[in-house]
Amino acid sequence: MSDTIVPLTTKKDWASDQEVRWCPGCGDYGVLQAVLQLMPELGVSPANTVFVSGIGCSSRFPYYMNTYGVHSIHGRAPAIATGVKTARPDLDVWVITGDGDALSIGGNHLIHMLRRNVDVTMLLFNNRIYGLTKGQYSPTSELGKVTKSTPLGSVDPPFNPLAVALGAGASFVARTHDLDRKHMTEVFRAAHGHRGASFVEIFQNCNVFNDGAFKDIVSREQRGEMLIDLKHGEPVRFGADGHLGVMATKDGSLQIVEVADVGEDAILVHDKHRQNPGLAFALAGLSHDDHSPTPFGIFRQVESHEYSSAVSVQVAHAYERNGPGDLGALLRSNGTWTVK
Amino acid sequence: MTDTVKRLVEPESIHHVVIRFAGDSGDGMQLTGDRFTSASALFGNDLSTLPEFPAEIRAPAGTVNGVSSFQVRIADSDITTPGDAPTVLVAMNPAALRADLDRLEKGGLLIVNSDAFTERDLAKAGYKENPLLNDSLRAYRVVEVPMTSLTKEATAPLGVKSRDAERSKNFFALGLVSWLYTRPVETTTSWITERFKDPLVRAANEAAFKAGYHFGETTELIDHPFKVPPAPLRAGEYTNVTGNTALAWGVIAAGQLAKLPVFLGSYPITPASDILHELAKHKHFGVRTVQAEDEIAAVGLALGSAFAGHLGVTATSGPGMALKSETISLAISLELPLLVIDIQRGGPSTGLPTKTDAGDLQLALYGRHGESPLPVIAAYSPSHCFYAAIEAVRIALKYRTPVILLSDGYLANGSEPWLLPNIEDLPDISVQFATELNHIAEDGSEEFWPYLRDPQTLARPWAIPGTPKLMHRIGGIEKEDGSGNINYTPQNHQLMVNLRAAKIAGIANDIPLATISGDEDATTCVLGWGSTWGAITEAVMRLRAEGTKVASVHLMHLNPFPKNLGEVLKRFENVLVPELNSGQLCRLVRAEYLVDAHSISKIQGIPFTAGELVAAIKQRIL
Repeated sequence: MSDTIVPLTTKKDWASDQEVRWCPGCGDYGVLQAVLQLMPELGVSPANTVFVSGIGCSSRFPYYMNTYGVHSIHGRAPAIATGVKTARPDLDVWVITGDGDALSIGGNHLIHMLRRNVDVTMLLFNNRIYGLTKGQYSPTSELGKVTKSTPLGSVDPPFNPLAVALGAGASFVARTHDLDRKHMTEVFRAAHGHRGASFVEIFQNCNVFNDGAFKDIVSREQRGEMLIDLKHGEPVRFGADGHLGVMATKDGSLQIVEVADVGEDAILVHDKHRQNPGLAFALAGLSHDDHSPTPFGIFRQVESHEYSSAVSVQVAHAYERNGPGDLGALLRSNGTWTVK
Repeated sequence: MTDTVKRLVEPESIHHVVIRFAGDSGDGMQLTGDRFTSASALFGNDLSTLPEFPAEIRAPAGTVNGVSSFQVRIADSDITTPGDAPTVLVAMNPAALRADLDRLEKGGLLIVNSDAFTERDLAKAGYKENPLLNDSLRAYRVVEVPMTSLTKEATAPLGVKSRDAERSKNFFALGLVSWLYTRPVETTTSWITERFKDPLVRAANEAAFKAGYHFGETTELIDHPFKVPPAPLRAGEYTNVTGNTALAWGVIAAGQLAKLPVFLGSYPITPASDILHELAKHKHFGVRTVQAEDEIAAVGLALGSAFAGHLGVTATSGPGMALKSETISLAISLELPLLVIDIQRGGPSTGLPTKTDAGDLQLALYGRHGESPLPVIAAYSPSHCFYAAIEAVRIALKYRTPVILLSDGYLANGSEPWLLPNIEDLPDISVQFATELNHIAEDGSEEFWPYLRDPQTLARPWAIPGTPKLMHRIGGIEKEDGSGNINYTPQNHQLMVNLRAAKIAGIANDIPLATISGDEDATTCVLGWGSTWGAITEAVMRLRAEGTKVASVHLMHLNPFPKNLGEVLKRFENVLVPELNSGQLCRLVRAEYLVDAHSISKIQGIPFTAGELVAAIKQRIL
């Protein structure tokens, strides 16, 4: 990298000339601003950056970035991004997706991109609704959700996106929300810096079809008692003066306690580098509705075998071992005979 | 081969023979046929093969469903089909006899492994009584050979256990047939030495092979051997190649000729998986292969790699084609090069996974939503798969479009001798990536328009990530002509639909004209595409030898058609279109050119024989 001159960029260099067409008040604007603000700080160049998206409101994102971009088809962004990155590990590849795109129609590609640990940064805008198709329930909508397609309430339970990612073996798993630019920026920075597949769930408000889905957790009034900010190496505490904490019980499950009741030493110390994903999984499952304390931040960040470089290494080794391919020799490799 | 008493019988010279090896899936019939083929190829015969095997890896042993066969025709002249009917059938068990007897020509030689005709195996094959003991086989020359016990005897001195010895009986059969057709022994024995690492297995197979050979030589069950002299093939260096291998090599060659790394995204599916296997072996050509999580991901990966500047390829069969449809449409909209290979098999649904078919032509042409034309190319023989792959890639790269390349199960697994091309004679199909801004904006500044087309080809610039200043966004939403920005206006959509169609239609100016083989002044023309080429060629040859005037036209380019196709077809009173489908090309030429074409259809999972076509053509015109 030392001989590569990365141009110094400003936020302006990263924004495309396209008019942003999300609904006024949409949470997506905040995420776009956070990304635009972050990019110049990463020391990368727009020409080496690729944004790939699927279908849905959030998937319009690449049009607004002055980088290379593909607005693809519903659910397939992880597959297309894996193609881009595996062909060209030198590129900086981002995937923009939503709850319907990644967890419903594209569920298979999501888990396999995470399983392969392709060095791609995925931002999943979770608004718990289908916005672009005007308001059907999504795979993260709560049970009983009344929408146009579920007038009597949905009867299928939702996915927990982080649990899905952890279950697929994701090496970087984080959560942030659209109302905290600074938190988003720091989580995105860490996700981008991670070598491997980075999965970031963003609680994002759809003010038209599912307004306030997360307000009980992320609104300024509620955050203090409801948002658990995970910090590596620190006890998991929240609430005014950190009076609440998360404690591991004997059966391995987690429980929210008054720190004063159990003592500081009983509080779980967050370790994002723990290889065993068990505690991260338990943290992801700590909140079971939209009205209880919910952890944010980086749940898991571990070093793991990365896919695109492994593919390149195999190609390089084959080249070293056999020399450059010789077409004439290839055509003769099954034996030949000569007719005079 | 000198340690036994030889009967002094001179081999009888014949022009060609069709041999069919048939046995249980576990009997090694594909290997046996493949070895006989190799020995014949090296001996200098022209040949054509037809492997047939069940979809089950190990169907219940001894049943008709589990029969695996390999038909090979060897000749002293140029041939294009594996033969109408076997002259010799080697049946390793009753099920093989039951499955394949109908194919054997009347009076043909039937060699059976009599050891396998036990009550149990007869029952499994559905025989109420032993056909070797009644007169049901009277139309054939039956030679009963206790192959299992002779193999056991031959291998026992080596210390091979009886159970293991049984596995070598296919080599006994190979030895016997190798004697019968005076194949060189050395080719097979040295292959056995090379292939089998376990010394006991190697020794057992060699002993069984020699025992079979000696058995033919010393017994009088078969009165004399035959020889099929080498064919006067064009001078040059040959290899024996299957369609899937040739196709994979064609993709590698195309990458070299285009100076682009090859990227294959693929999901295992019969009969296309061998392309993935073959390409995965050749990473030193810069080939990347990814076994994707599903068919949709496979084509998505390939398309992603194309966006990044690689030669994106995906290979599949019918069911996979259905799944890839949406992504192929995206590739049409993105106007990126992509090679989509469809090795056709019998459908619908899972259909006949291991059997051949040509039912995907209309799927290839029309199987997408919206107005989404793309070029379609079809290979016509195993070795032609090599050239068809290069041509498909040439068009994909030059016109920035997905191209569907059709092959089928028959071409995929069938083989023929291939006169190797001079590498230097292969076309340069390299393309230039865009590196410069290409448009002046209203304010006078320079910018990059990803959909500013080449006026000749109508292809758009291919600017790959990493290129400074050319950052751009493309997607499946309709784009404005030129700038590529999202645009939903009625006039623009019409214009873009027209432009995409004109780009594909214009390829007709860049492909060879249709040519007529046979009698140009005939009133009948046989129009074909794909793997029917061999049978059509031989049928036309036979008819002409009988004095019937007939012509043929064979299409490699199915979209667009050669420019002169309509004019050529209109010269003939009768246009007959043999297809392994219910008349898909036939309907197309009728619709396109208003010619009164007639379909000759067969949908049985097996190719046409030349004899069938001769009969069908005669019925139509005489």
